[in-house]
Amino acid sequence: MLHFELVTPEKLLRSEEVHMVTVPGTEGDFAVLEGHAPFMSTIRDGQILIQRSPGAAPESIAIRGGFAEVSAKGLTVLAEHAG
Amino acid sequence: MASLKALKVRINSVKSTQKITKAMKMVAAAKLRRAQEAAQNGRPYAERLEAVMASLASRVGGVGASPLLAGTGKDQVQLIVVATSERGLAGAFNSNIVRAARRKADELTAQGKTVKFYIAGKKGRVLRRFFPNAILADHEMGHIKTVAFDDARVIADDLIARYLKGEFDVAHLFFSKFVSALNQEPTGIQIIPVPLPEKQPAAAGAGAVVEYEPDEESILADLLPRNVAIQIFRALLENAASEQGSRMNAMDNATRNAGDMINRLSIQYNRTRQAAITTELVEIISGAEAL
Repeated sequence: MLHFELVTPEKLLRSEEVHMVTVPGTEGDFAVLEGHAPFMSTIRDGQILIQRSPGAAPESIAIRGGFAEVSAKGLTVLAEHAG
Repeated sequence: MASLKALKVRINSVKSTQKITKAMKMVAAAKLRRAQEAAQNGRPYAERLEAVMASLASRVGGVGASPLLAGTGKDQVQLIVVATSERGLAGAFNSNIVRAARRKADELTAQGKTVKFYIAGKKGRVLRRFFPNAILADHEMGHIKTVAFDDARVIADDLIARYLKGEFDVAHLFFSKFVSALNQEPTGIQIIPVPLPEKQPAAAGAGAVVEYEPDEESILADLLPRNVAIQIFRALLENAASEQGSRMNAMDNATRNAGDMINRLSIQYNRTRQAAITTELVEIISGAEAL
């Protein structure tokens, strides 16, 4: 499972284990699965899609301004606004 | 000696003051809990942002970096951003921040620098009295009930725009750090140019090759204004919590003092009353004896 965190300046919005997250990057959307290579990207305003398990209907959260970081610990999305 | 009536009026007046201070204390305590929570909720974002900044900055280095990181090459004009509360009756909360800012200003002036002020919060306006010609701007915050990130963003955008126009070279931010409900520390930090967090060799040099999209410079350039905003946001949150903590203390003390005063006045009232009765008795008895 992929550890996913969604953080805004106001609070830590999500911190959970998920299957896959699709992030709207500045240079195109990218999806992150478990074991993704270290990666960092700024994000554009858009929807972030969270899939809890393979094949499950994705949950969508609107985010605005920020960046995403993939490290060994998982995916962290820092957004100025979310939800 | 004060008349009985005057004492009675006085006691009642102190009693109603005590009611007010007690209510204010309770309100501050309730608000403090919320403000403290908000300050804590803001921590994860700031921590992660700082970690990312540190690893990025060590890669990009100082060459060709954004002026927000590298500075203007001068430090002649120093801006002091003073974040205070909108309301008083919070003990020494506001005056402590203002005093810390003034001390910094005096220190910088002694070094031959030009000092300007940016006031955020109504209670910082006393600085106008001390430095009437050095106020760069007075940011209105009276409409804000609970601090949101956008409020900090507005200040940060304004500051960065002024910085890029060359209105100042270095900016310091003064606010009150929330240590505990009993202890708040007036603190000053530099926000522009963005001070680089200390490099953590263990974390940064972990050997993992990180891919950047777009490149490191662009990400950093995107993060720098955000970092200024987040610093201000944190300061505002800490301030909000400190203000309530300080007010709670001040009002607790005031309530206690009012209680002491009521006790003192009551004793005085009782003694006066007793004295009046005694005098009256003596008059009656000596009157009766004279017959």
